[in-house]
Amino acid sequence: MTTDDKSPFDHDFFEPDCDGARHTLYHYLDGELTDDRRAIIRQHLDDCSPCFEAFDFEAELRQVIAKRCCEEVPHGLAHKITSALSLEGHPQFSPDGPAGTIT
Amino acid sequence: MADQERFAELAMEYMPALYGAAVRMTRNPSDAEDLVQDAYLRAYRGFGGFTEGTNLKAWLFRILTNAYINTYRSKQRRPEQTELDDVEDFYLFNRMGGLEAVKASRTPEDAVLDRITDHEVKAAVESLPEIFRLPVLLADVEEFTYAEIADILDIPMGTVMSRLHRGRKALQKALWDFGLERGLVADTAKEASA
Repeated sequence: MTTDDKSPFDHDFFEPDCDGARHTLYHYLDGELTDDRRAIIRQHLDDCSPCFEAFDFEAELRQVIAKRCCEEVPHGLAHKITSALSLEGHPQFSPDGPAGTIT
Repeated sequence: MADQERFAELAMEYMPALYGAAVRMTRNPSDAEDLVQDAYLRAYRGFGGFTEGTNLKAWLFRILTNAYINTYRSKQRRPEQTELDDVEDFYLFNRMGGLEAVKASRTPEDAVLDRITDHEVKAAVESLPEIFRLPVLLADVEEFTYAEIADILDIPMGTVMSRLHRGRKALQKALWDFGLERGLVADTAKEASA
């Protein structure tokens, strides 16, 4: 993975072998490929079961992580927040400026 | 320019997601409650600067992240690590026997994934150093795009990608280590020779 802003497979003609396909794994799973490139990887996965299984595993793992990371919201937190907001009323700008303003 | 009176109506639906992320950030449910409340206050005060119709969830996560970095991080007892060991691609898949295992039986690895507990997944995410944990959390749990994550964390997109890449591999290693500890997976020859 390169650290500059260009994607590592940013060239005109793109036909992956297994290494090339696997290099795009995260971009593929993250939905960050163009439609054309996505279709090319999809085709490779249809043709290549080792890559398909590896990608399938990674996709499954992604789902497990997202599903298992849920937290039950503590009872009363929503109420605490809305009460705090209503105490704020319609504030003038606070001394340190509007805190939500981010540069 | 967004109307403050509409703030709660628009913003409260994201509270469960913000709370979940806050727990992973602070690693502590009580700090997470304070952090979320703090973020909502900051967001409310700054809501005039939010353009309605743009990405409110990303805007709220940006405020949450800034609140965490500015306030809560300094309270953390653990010193923050900024480096990770190099871990190979497809770490878990390969350790679990890779394609051979898949061929031998359709879904051995899925069965192992099913047996990983919520607690282990959360602990694995929380084991990541913060600079890797936040991108992984935002991408894999909250499903933000690279561009959104770059904006939320205020880092270049290339940095988002490289931290995600390394963070995800480290996450796989942490999960594998939990699996070994609990005897879910056997210490394979690959592991022994590593």
